[in-house]
Amino acid sequence: MGAPALDVRVVDAPFDPWASMAALAPPSVEDAASAGATAVFVGTMRDFNDGSPVSGMYLEHYPGMTERQLQRIVRESCRRRGVRQALVIHRVGEIRPGETIVLVATRSGHRGEAFAACREILEQLKHEAPFWKKEILPDGGSRWVRSNTAADVVPPAGEDSRA
Amino acid sequence: MRVRVRFFASLRETVGAAGREVEADGGATVRTIWDLATDGREPPSRLLASINLDYADLDDPVGEGDEVAFFPPVTGGER
Repeated sequence: MGAPALDVRVVDAPFDPWASMAALAPPSVEDAASAGATAVFVGTMRDFNDGSPVSGMYLEHYPGMTERQLQRIVRESCRRRGVRQALVIHRVGEIRPGETIVLVATRSGHRGEAFAACREILEQLKHEAPFWKKEILPDGGSRWVRSNTAADVVPPAGEDSRA
Repeated sequence: MRVRVRFFASLRETVGAAGREVEADGGATVRTIWDLATDGREPPSRLLASINLDYADLDDPVGEGDEVAFFPPVTGGER
């Protein structure tokens, strides 16, 4: 088995995760027969957060770094889990409820490593890939999600300055 | 040496700039660059940083022509 085939994309327009899955279609019957498991996660924008309605969100990223970190996360997870093929597509920009935010799909010999890599990639991208959420409220206002802000108060001297 | 600095998300709004260039002495660290780029503003408690698109610590050394970015914690989200 050669290096895993990794397809990682950051897109700024709505995409159809199910149509996008065609990119993961096995190139041959032999290839399909040797990879018995495909795991898929599709994350969709909700119309509520913390119990209050939201009418959309703006997802900011750091062009270049976001792609680089996603590539690293997917490459390392596939190597660790022995997964041979992965497809990751992540939206940025203005997103409306019901639109897909992220697709993570992994193909492998068996379900164990396909599920494991799919979940690991998702969890790591949530915590390590530079994306920041700003909610758009029904009244037209907007606010950064609190966990995506650096600080509300200046820390006292001597306190650790890194999260 | 010349270093390019970028700010993202809420931090860009707090600092009031998307980026700037700073002139630093050899031996500068990420923390030095923060001080130069923000006129000595106290760094926020949950500050993240990168050098040339990889995560960095505040005491990591910075080189000529590097791009240093500062930003708040990333998305996270409930499981």
